[in-house]
Amino acid sequence: MKYFLKRVIGTIPVLLGVVLLIFIMLRIIPGSPVLVMLGEHYDQETIERLTELMGLDQPLLVQFFDYVKGALMGDLGVSYRYQRPVADMIMDALPYTVKLAVMAALFAWVMGLVSGIIAAVNNNNFIDRLFMGVSLLGVSMPIFMTSLVLQYIFSFKLGILPMTEDGSMVSMILPAIALGWNSAGSVARMTRSSLIEVMQADYIDTAKAKGLLRGAVIMKHALRNSLLPVVTMMALQLSSMLSGAVITESVFAIPGIGRLATEAISNRDMPVLQGTVLFTTVIVIAGNLLADMLYSVLDPRIRKGE
Amino acid sequence: MSSDILKNDIRPDDELSLQIGERDGIRDKLKRMCRQNPLAAVSAIVILIFILMAIFAPIIAPYGETEPDLLNRLQDPSLTHLLGTDELGRDLFSRMLYGSRLSITIGILPSLISLIIGVIAGLVAGYFGGWIDYVIMRIADVMLSVPSLLLAMVVMYTLGTSTINLFVALTMTGWSSVARVVRSHTLSIKESEYVEAARSIGVSKWKIMFRHIFPNCIPSLIVLFTLNVPSAILSESSLSFLGIGIKVPFASWGLIVNQGRQFLFTQPWLCLAPCVAIMIIVLAFNFLGDGLRDVLDPYMQR
Repeated sequence: MKYFLKRVIGTIPVLLGVVLLIFIMLRIIPGSPVLVMLGEHYDQETIERLTELMGLDQPLLVQFFDYVKGALMGDLGVSYRYQRPVADMIMDALPYTVKLAVMAALFAWVMGLVSGIIAAVNNNNFIDRLFMGVSLLGVSMPIFMTSLVLQYIFSFKLGILPMTEDGSMVSMILPAIALGWNSAGSVARMTRSSLIEVMQADYIDTAKAKGLLRGAVIMKHALRNSLLPVVTMMALQLSSMLSGAVITESVFAIPGIGRLATEAISNRDMPVLQGTVLFTTVIVIAGNLLADMLYSVLDPRIRKGE
Repeated sequence: MSSDILKNDIRPDDELSLQIGERDGIRDKLKRMCRQNPLAAVSAIVILIFILMAIFAPIIAPYGETEPDLLNRLQDPSLTHLLGTDELGRDLFSRMLYGSRLSITIGILPSLISLIIGVIAGLVAGYFGGWIDYVIMRIADVMLSVPSLLLAMVVMYTLGTSTINLFVALTMTGWSSVARVVRSHTLSIKESEYVEAARSIGVSKWKIMFRHIFPNCIPSLIVLFTLNVPSAILSESSLSFLGIGIKVPFASWGLIVNQGRQFLFTQPWLCLAPCVAIMIIVLAFNFLGDGLRDVLDPYMQR
């Protein structure tokens, strides 16, 4: 329990650091955001009124603490472009990204674990090489390439899956595969190497000597211990998946959080960009924390070591 | 063929463990890698060919980089245009040759800069410890927490889209993992007897760090660098694909994909050919990195 508490408290400086980093970086831009907002037609009075309204006349430090205070209450500012609260826009986009990420993760984990186990069991024969070759290909393919190839084959040539998001679950299949493809490769490689390592341990020999079936040895004894590093890696992949979602959402026209971020850049909509990046980062940090806790629940040595 | 890497990536083989006691130069290790792991050697050759093609692009390329030929727009691949032409009649093969210059430079240069920053940060954090260590490592944590593509997007938003700013963005995201590795090496090495000995005869802190601790990190750093280059190439191409990386008229592979995307269903090679180029070089760096790790750094965690 003490360990958990320590870990949770340990994330606070990192969280504050992230907010500070993003906050400062988005505010060193030359040119006032008020001018961006007003476009070409404005007068001095409007500028002053808006600057005051948006709190931009305050010192930067005051602005920062106001922003943190607001963020803690769920207020991430108002979009320059759409005049809507950023938090509302994120909440509207969130279900799409969650749906995409969950499906992609399921695909990656199932594919990765199964092919990793198959490869490890077939240590060094043709099947192993085939599976590992494909998984390295998965790791090396840019996400936009996977997306475009899938679109070309399944939507255009075969015409069996929709090309862009239309609200249905079916239209999420291609983006989810495209997003999960890379992670599936990494999970497969990790599962394989970890499983092979564990299979060399003495207690596996003992289990075999007891006369347990090969399947039982792998499933009950080896897999459980080899999954520790894999579980951690899966949680760490959350970060790269949320990065990848930016691209998948752009290719498949999914109105998710990544899409908000790309649009915010072309609209020069600073509050939206700031809000989406912060929101995503908080999710990543929470995911890492969860992975750590899961790890220590699964492996008591970590807790005792503290 | 790929089996050799896979065979070796878990346990150092017998030959290796026998030789660990003997002092074995990097050159010998590289020779051993080529012998045990031909795929890594082939990958090194592929990378070399890509680099040479980038350097000699003006000589190899049959057409100019931005030479429009409006009469021959959107041509299919043929002998005159190996990979066809795009919507302005520019030869795709030539554009890709020129594009490789940017893509490869952007893979290598920012990785090199982040290596230097990461080494200094890691050495200082590990050697001095205390609050310096705490501050440096928390900054690294912050950088590692923000998804790299989003952090790069923030940098591009602030500084504007240009090649130099892309360098800045990729360096910002790259140094922290290097710093972590160097720090953990430093922590274990600084307790060793020879560092103790150096300290007792009054060798300065900086000299200990760079002369006595840093050389021990080199093998891990070579591996890390080889694996950082492909991720930088992927980041650049992703940003350019989204239209927030390299600015036209300069082309990188990602930007060519971005421009060819609208013709995916009519002239698929326009965007898939540069995709394949990216995949090949990333694959080659990954294979090489795996091979190097097996010989240089057999105990490094994946």
